[in-house]
Amino acid sequence: MSHLVLHRVAKEFGSVRVLHGIDLEVRDGEFVVFVGPSGCGKSTLLRTIAGLERASSGEIRLDDRIVNDVSAADRGLAMVFQSYALYPHMSVRQNLAFGLENSRMPRDEIEKRVLEAARMLLIEPLLHRKPRQLSGGQRQRVAIGRAIVRRPGIFLLDEPLSNLDAELRVVMRAELAALHKRLNATMIYVTHDQTEAMTLADRIVVLRDGRIEQVGTPLELYNSPANRFVAGFIGSPRMNFIEAEAVPLDGGAGVQVNGRPQRLPHLDLVPGSRIVIGIRPHEVSVTDVDQGAIALELTLVEQLGAETILHGRTEQGGVFTVSAPGQRRYAIGERIGVALPPEALHVFDAEGAALPRG
Amino acid sequence: MNALSAFLLRRRGGAGWHWTDVLAYLWLGLGLVLMFGPVLWLAVSSFKTPANLAEFPPTFMPLDAQAVRVQGYEQPLALFRVTLDDGSEKVLAQVRRVGIMAQMVDPQNPGPVIRVPIDRRTPVREIKLATANYAEPLQQFDFLRYFRNSLFVTVMATLITLVVNSMAAFALSKYEFKGRTAVLGIILATLMVPLSVIVVPLYLVVNSLNLFDTLWGVILPTVATPTGVFLLRQYMLTIPDELIDAARMDKASEWQIYWRIVLPLAAPALAVLAIFSVMWRWNDFLWPLIVLSRKEHYTLQVGLNAFSGELNVQWHYVLAMTVLSIVPVALIFLFLQRYITAGIANTGLK
Repeated sequence: MSHLVLHRVAKEFGSVRVLHGIDLEVRDGEFVVFVGPSGCGKSTLLRTIAGLERASSGEIRLDDRIVNDVSAADRGLAMVFQSYALYPHMSVRQNLAFGLENSRMPRDEIEKRVLEAARMLLIEPLLHRKPRQLSGGQRQRVAIGRAIVRRPGIFLLDEPLSNLDAELRVVMRAELAALHKRLNATMIYVTHDQTEAMTLADRIVVLRDGRIEQVGTPLELYNSPANRFVAGFIGSPRMNFIEAEAVPLDGGAGVQVNGRPQRLPHLDLVPGSRIVIGIRPHEVSVTDVDQGAIALELTLVEQLGAETILHGRTEQGGVFTVSAPGQRRYAIGERIGVALPPEALHVFDAEGAALPRG
Repeated sequence: MNALSAFLLRRRGGAGWHWTDVLAYLWLGLGLVLMFGPVLWLAVSSFKTPANLAEFPPTFMPLDAQAVRVQGYEQPLALFRVTLDDGSEKVLAQVRRVGIMAQMVDPQNPGPVIRVPIDRRTPVREIKLATANYAEPLQQFDFLRYFRNSLFVTVMATLITLVVNSMAAFALSKYEFKGRTAVLGIILATLMVPLSVIVVPLYLVVNSLNLFDTLWGVILPTVATPTGVFLLRQYMLTIPDELIDAARMDKASEWQIYWRIVLPLAAPALAVLAIFSVMWRWNDFLWPLIVLSRKEHYTLQVGLNAFSGELNVQWHYVLAMTVLSIVPVALIFLFLQRYITAGIANTGLK
């Protein structure tokens, strides 16, 4: 268990700036997930924390010690790689023991730790096998086991589940969560999958283009995204966005949606400014065409059983998604109306920053 | 036996002979003759006596005059088929030859000496392996010592080649540093410099290091090969960087990464380079010839050269010792050929 503080950490590759002054604190025992689209710098940030990349500037503190110049080997962290990176010529046992041998640990202690980790991950019968004789899920466990035996200050996991099939991913996700609880370990987990982030994280760090967009618990991010990017990234299906213009209404401000005035409970709404309204597909309700705030022509209907996802086009040509509970019959090309409950609306200004709710 | 004939007579599906089958067998047959013919000729000829070798037209099998012991004569006498005056043929043993006449005796009845003109007799010959071709050089010329020297040079040079080249390849494939491609380019550029160009400076270096006329003087200049560096580098590029990162996280030192991760994973490429190196060093001639001056330091190939005098060449010894010298390389080829083909396929080298 370790405490990690990043202070204005930046990373450049030649003239390309990948990380722009990252400030972050990861507390003891916390499960922090870095999430963001590919190329946002999340893996680079993780590798910089690991010591595999050098920070170009800024400070990395591990338990109040600046570790910028400490090599990856001496930071006392362990990493699980996306490709697992198991040593193909070594048995599972040797893979687990390799890191311990390198730190000159006594033989019996190594043996003890390897067995303990193997038992925990249910890979005991596989100890004599080579990695190529293992299935994807088993390899994944070995890779995690290799981190566990080291008893690292922080576990760094770089998209560890992305090579597994969907079903196994759900299983391993649950196991990882259980493992975190059991080891009471500090973990930093990188993924581009927001579902993984939502299910695993104590706190999520949303990154875009080498900058932190928002840090918060999964529900904080879901309920009050700081900006349009976070709002669009967190939550599935994606949040809908409608461009609009703020108009003065009696007793406050609002928008004209489809010719109808709609009051908005948000503060700082300047009449006349361009804004973007966001609403999650689960928050809208389906009405008759002429009843709703906007009308949709359906382009795709996804029947998921428990819910029905409706993809449609608005009259302005924008795309809009509705998640209707239960199983409903809709035809492609059908026109429906959707109601936008004001309390569920998110409002963003022209720069994309969220406006606080009143 | 069935499996063998099935293998040798394999055809392109069906029962009949497609014209491509015929073409394929003709082509392969031609290849077999072209490739294997000279080797076979060498092997067979190495068992011929000097007289047999000098014959024209040459005989295919090693033949030697048949000789018998005849009562009353100390030496075995050579047998000849003789056409007698009365037109009958008889096999006689020659006692001696005087001018154009030969004095012969009948082996069954050694009493009377028959005089026969030499154009009336032809030697009776049998297939006989002149094993002396092998035995004499091994005893008189200390060929075993040459063999040992060659073995020492080959093994040591190969081991050092593997270590040195794999280290260079590791650095060139897994470390990012300024001028990495330039360094590789320079190393590869040395492929274009033939030995004959650098032989004099190399000789001066070896001489000033006091390595002249030692086996180490043969070994050391050859161990860093651009081909080997390139071959290993290309292979090591395929080792994922994540493995090396993982090893770094596992507290492995750079040496341990090289020794415990990269080397074992590069084993197939190392095997290929080892085979090549063995063949190169074993067959080396010019450089050992220059460096080695005392006979007891000769390698096999240089030793072979000793049979070629200024005026005459002892072909029977040369041939026999050549056969001996290609045996180890042939064995290596036989047992490791799948690595060689894999290596050529992987790296585009030959």
